[in-house]
Amino acid sequence: MIDGLPNTPCHGAPGASPAREVTGAQILCEALIREGVAVLFGIPGGCIMPFYHALWEHRSRLRHVLVRHEQGGGHAAEGYARATGRVGVCIGTSGPGATNLVTPIADAWMDGTPLVAITGQVPSHLLGTDAFQETDITGITVPITKHNYLVTRAADIPRVVREAFHIAQTGRPGPVLIDITKDAQQERCVPDWDVRMDLPGYHPASRRADVAAVQAIDAAVGALLSARRPLVLAGNGVMQANAGHALRRFAERTGMPVVTTLHGLGAMPHDHPLMLGMPGMHGWVHVNRAIQQCDLLFNIGSRFDDRVTGKVSAFAPQARVIHVDIDAAEIGKLVTAHIGILGDARDVLETLTPRMPVHPERYAAWRAEIAALKAEYAPRQHYRRSERTAPLMPQDVFAAFNAVADTRRDWRVVTDVGQHQMWAAQLIDWQRARSHITSGGAGTMGFAVPAALGAAIADPSHTVWVFCGDGGFQMTACELATIRQEGLGNVKVAVVNNGYLGMVRQWQQLFEGRRYSETPLSGPDFALLARAHGWHAITVDEAAAAESAIHEAWTHDGPVLIDFRVEREANVFPMVPAGRAIHDMVHDEAHHDQQQRESRLGQHRLTPGAAWATPHTTEQA
Amino acid sequence: MTVPVHTLIALVHDRPGVLHRIVTLLRRRGYNIVSLAVGRSETPGISRLTLAVSVDDATQVVKQLDRLVEVIGVADATDAPTVVRETALLKVRAANAARTHIADETLAAGGRVLDLGPDDVIVEITDAPERVEQFVSAMRRFGIAELMRTGRLAMLRGPTPRVLEAPNDYRAQADGAPTEEAA
Repeated sequence: MIDGLPNTPCHGAPGASPAREVTGAQILCEALIREGVAVLFGIPGGCIMPFYHALWEHRSRLRHVLVRHEQGGGHAAEGYARATGRVGVCIGTSGPGATNLVTPIADAWMDGTPLVAITGQVPSHLLGTDAFQETDITGITVPITKHNYLVTRAADIPRVVREAFHIAQTGRPGPVLIDITKDAQQERCVPDWDVRMDLPGYHPASRRADVAAVQAIDAAVGALLSARRPLVLAGNGVMQANAGHALRRFAERTGMPVVTTLHGLGAMPHDHPLMLGMPGMHGWVHVNRAIQQCDLLFNIGSRFDDRVTGKVSAFAPQARVIHVDIDAAEIGKLVTAHIGILGDARDVLETLTPRMPVHPERYAAWRAEIAALKAEYAPRQHYRRSERTAPLMPQDVFAAFNAVADTRRDWRVVTDVGQHQMWAAQLIDWQRARSHITSGGAGTMGFAVPAALGAAIADPSHTVWVFCGDGGFQMTACELATIRQEGLGNVKVAVVNNGYLGMVRQWQQLFEGRRYSETPLSGPDFALLARAHGWHAITVDEAAAAESAIHEAWTHDGPVLIDFRVEREANVFPMVPAGRAIHDMVHDEAHHDQQQRESRLGQHRLTPGAAWATPHTTEQA
Repeated sequence: MTVPVHTLIALVHDRPGVLHRIVTLLRRRGYNIVSLAVGRSETPGISRLTLAVSVDDATQVVKQLDRLVEVIGVADATDAPTVVRETALLKVRAANAARTHIADETLAAGGRVLDLGPDDVIVEITDAPERVEQFVSAMRRFGIAELMRTGRLAMLRGPTPRVLEAPNDYRAQADGAPTEEAA
């Protein structure tokens, strides 16, 4: 009792024995344990101190990870959630502690990650007075949470926590924020653990219930049976619903080819004969062409993000669209759904599959057509080493990773945002669901290192590889210290270091006449930085050394950072320039230059070779 | 081309901040609010609101609103058989000669004269929004000093659709002996 508040009788528990009264902070700890929470990521501060005081008594059951910045705590909770499917929990104090959580909350909102964020708040009598470290975090997070709460009474905590976890993980999962005033944490009362949730307006599409009844299932079966060139587009919903196997069974039974979005990677093994790859802005040409030529697009759990659709009016122009989503608002939001099915991806697939005839070769002609497209474009899509190639290309890093990772199954990859993220998505041999964690919708640079921390704690049996750029790495590199403090030897960080904010530089090169405005970075020596944090570190600047470095990192008993000093101006191809249809791709530099020459604008702007010849790692030596 | 106005009726959980959530959603998705009227419903703990929003297709607005945890149900009443009413209070400048005209026109329009001040008259009109609009236009020639409107209130004719029914446990509470105050 910090402020010596009097014992307050708890609402709904008249005449309870004072001996059973506990503080709101103790109730919060107990409520989290009852929700199955085992790990919290956070930082203490003034208005959350009562919770930390109570946490001490519960520390054997609630592991608290002291992150270095609340943003890292939020991303760590996201990584934890994405690796396991369970709700991630992060915690911070009021004011800046709370606002530092805004970015991960927004990230979880965009990617449908189940997250509960808990923040301290100034005592209730100071609410609205601009008190020290007071911020209206419930007001701030309204547009980026599924729901949020301001709790001012200890007695409300059991119900609020139960509701928050229920909301976070049902329907389309997402973030819920609980803001608890300091006096509510200190107030004593007898908790009512039998309290019911009071959510008359919350009715998420439930598993099992709705699907079978929906007439849309019949319509979908009809459309699937009459299609000649069908294509399955699998998104994050497949991952969230653990529907990877159901997807595979559906595809193998029907013979329909499958493409997966960024968040769907791993839902089908990359080398499955029916798996085509990733579509979209940096998808493979044959995948985008297949979408443009299909007569039926069966979208399961993708929300038709603009990075997938490109110019939406020209997206899949010949296709009837079946859209399966657990969120009614997604169906028909961007792309007209001829048939919309509200439900969980796994339910829908398991309902549909038995109704489809076993006919794996039914679409042989269509698949052959796609295979021909692949054969035509694939040679342009794969970089091959020649004498003129830089000593270390980013693609070499991923080839080296595959060489080691293909022999194992115990890994996850967390990527940040930018060029390396797209190379990883394109080039890594994805095998399993939940093995790929990235910031998709929000595109949050700085996501990877802390998210890996969360994923590594969630599942110590797997090695968590971070791939990040030198820009994003420096945004949250402080969490190297947390990883060391927690003794997480299963985190390995590969910085794909090109000394640029690479994706922006690529756009500047391709579309802004190589005006590299504020994109060159001169970072510190990342290996030294890592060693200062007690990490083992390796610097790699030639392709031949990449695989052995990855192998060394993998087998080293402790966290390892590899600084891959790659070709500075390598680009991610193929690419759909912003605003164009997805078949209108730039295949490589030569193709881009040709397109530029063909337009007057391009001839005017191009100054060949200007910054292109910048020697590698001048600023990093 | 003018954007049509859609009239939505929603049932919401009466909790602090629920209006904030609704308004934030409409703002962020770029929907233009024509009017918003809200108050307690027949069921304790539940509010009913009428939202007039200017948008080509209200499907997405309905779905987005329905996604809010505190929104129990939403219906687009635009093309349904409804009773729609709006109340306006007008403070009309009234020179002596005009007073009788204002009073006569108000009564003829089915309105009421609420206050006769030395320099102005306050009148009330409650009618369908178009007729309120007509009345307001007619009063402009006298000079309107203040105009205050409730926004439209809409009620569907016939039985209440399922989406706009209060949840059973709330209704039971309303029908049973203990009132909100007693609880």
